[in-house]
Amino acid sequence: MAFNKKHILGLGDLSAEEIRTLLDTAESMKEISTRDVKKVPTLKGRTVVNLFFEPSTRTRSSFEIAEKRLSADVLNFTASQSSVVKGESLIDTARNFEAMGASIMVIRHGMSGAPFVLARGINASIINAGDGSHEHPSQALIDIFTIREKKGRIEGLDVLIVGDILNSRVARSNIFGLRKLGARVRIAGPATIVPEHFGRLGVEIFHSLEHALENVDVVIMLRVQRERKTLEYFPSLREYSGLYGLSREKLALAKKEVMVMHPGPINRGVELTSEIADDPKAVILEQVANGIAMRMAMIYHVAVGEEI
Amino acid sequence: MTAERKTRPLEDSTESFFSRIVEDIPSESLENLVVIGIKTRGEHLGRRLVERIRDRRGAEVEFGTIDITLYRDDFKNRKNWPELGRTRIPDDVRGKNIILVDDVLYTGRTVRAAINSIMDYGRPASVKLAVLVDRGGRELPIQADYAEIMIETSDDEMVNVYLGEVDGKDEIEIISEDGV
Repeated sequence: MAFNKKHILGLGDLSAEEIRTLLDTAESMKEISTRDVKKVPTLKGRTVVNLFFEPSTRTRSSFEIAEKRLSADVLNFTASQSSVVKGESLIDTARNFEAMGASIMVIRHGMSGAPFVLARGINASIINAGDGSHEHPSQALIDIFTIREKKGRIEGLDVLIVGDILNSRVARSNIFGLRKLGARVRIAGPATIVPEHFGRLGVEIFHSLEHALENVDVVIMLRVQRERKTLEYFPSLREYSGLYGLSREKLALAKKEVMVMHPGPINRGVELTSEIADDPKAVILEQVANGIAMRMAMIYHVAVGEEI
Repeated sequence: MTAERKTRPLEDSTESFFSRIVEDIPSESLENLVVIGIKTRGEHLGRRLVERIRDRRGAEVEFGTIDITLYRDDFKNRKNWPELGRTRIPDDVRGKNIILVDDVLYTGRTVRAAINSIMDYGRPASVKLAVLVDRGGRELPIQADYAEIMIETSDDEMVNVYLGEVDGKDEIEIISEDGV
């Protein structure tokens, strides 16, 4: 099989072939959601724990539905970020769940690298559901899956990511994945949050949204992350949305069949106008729906690879 | 240990297999009929059956395919774990008469998985099983309604069916290990 990893920690350490296998499996998983009984018995008797050290409703719910559709038993652990900050106690927490029989752990943590610490410290398979400002592989895979579904390919597409690239794990994972599958990636935003050193990841950098939008096939708008202090990097929200918010006029500069994506939750009137959010070009809710199939594929593949 | 390999062409057997099934379908149930092929060889046999029903009974019956990977009962035993294929079942199987098609019937575990999978789409009126080859060796109480070729085999033998659509020829192959 083209996927032989025990963990999914980020798109940085997956090969193009492994990413393609995950996308193909997700296509098969998507069909399950159309059935009368939206469940397959594959992981019957296995326990999956969702370790969420950062608040998240959508990602956690999406993982939980995915796990349940595969018939796994699901445990949810939610903690405030401040209660567990040291690697030591993180591993102890995980070991407790391991002792309860969990063989797959989905972890979201405010510290970059936390899933890697777990992967080294325990026997269970680890799926990274977002670590600090490092990676968010499931979201990027969903984005790539949705693009491939709509455009039929990834190779040769021009994809623009707009916003707080510096602090965005979604952006980083998307850059890794899209580049590996042969897309050309542009990033745009104020210089404070779209720094020059990102050029090393093989992306083209723009500080003018209008220029960046020219002829793109896909636009991924990032959320202004108030909790990650994005606001400190530019003078005001109003100035930001004036310069970098997506409006219908600006979108007209992109290709005619451009698609607009957003990892959610959206701030209407900030990153994009309400008009754009509700436009047929926006596939934001399709991303959410595809999220379940993609996460089923991720869990399935680490479960198959568990003892490798 | 050397392997002995016997092959023979299938031509006549497949046609008589389809004829028996096509003739056996009561006219009143043609409308309600769904043919479902089990991936991969069963899918191609199923497609051929749909064509024969069209040719000889003048009816266009619904067709679906099933991939049983997610329903396997040997999840822990991951040697040769197959790629996950697509399952495409017609929208509503409730009240339908289903003919489930596969190439070889052996332990019965694949058929068990396929039936479980179909039930997740709804409650069909009936499910019949049609297999080209019944090689014995059942581990579950499952029997075929139509089986064209019956052969007795042992556990260390392998029975493969090759079909024109994927293999360029219609052939049955039996491989037995010598000196066992």
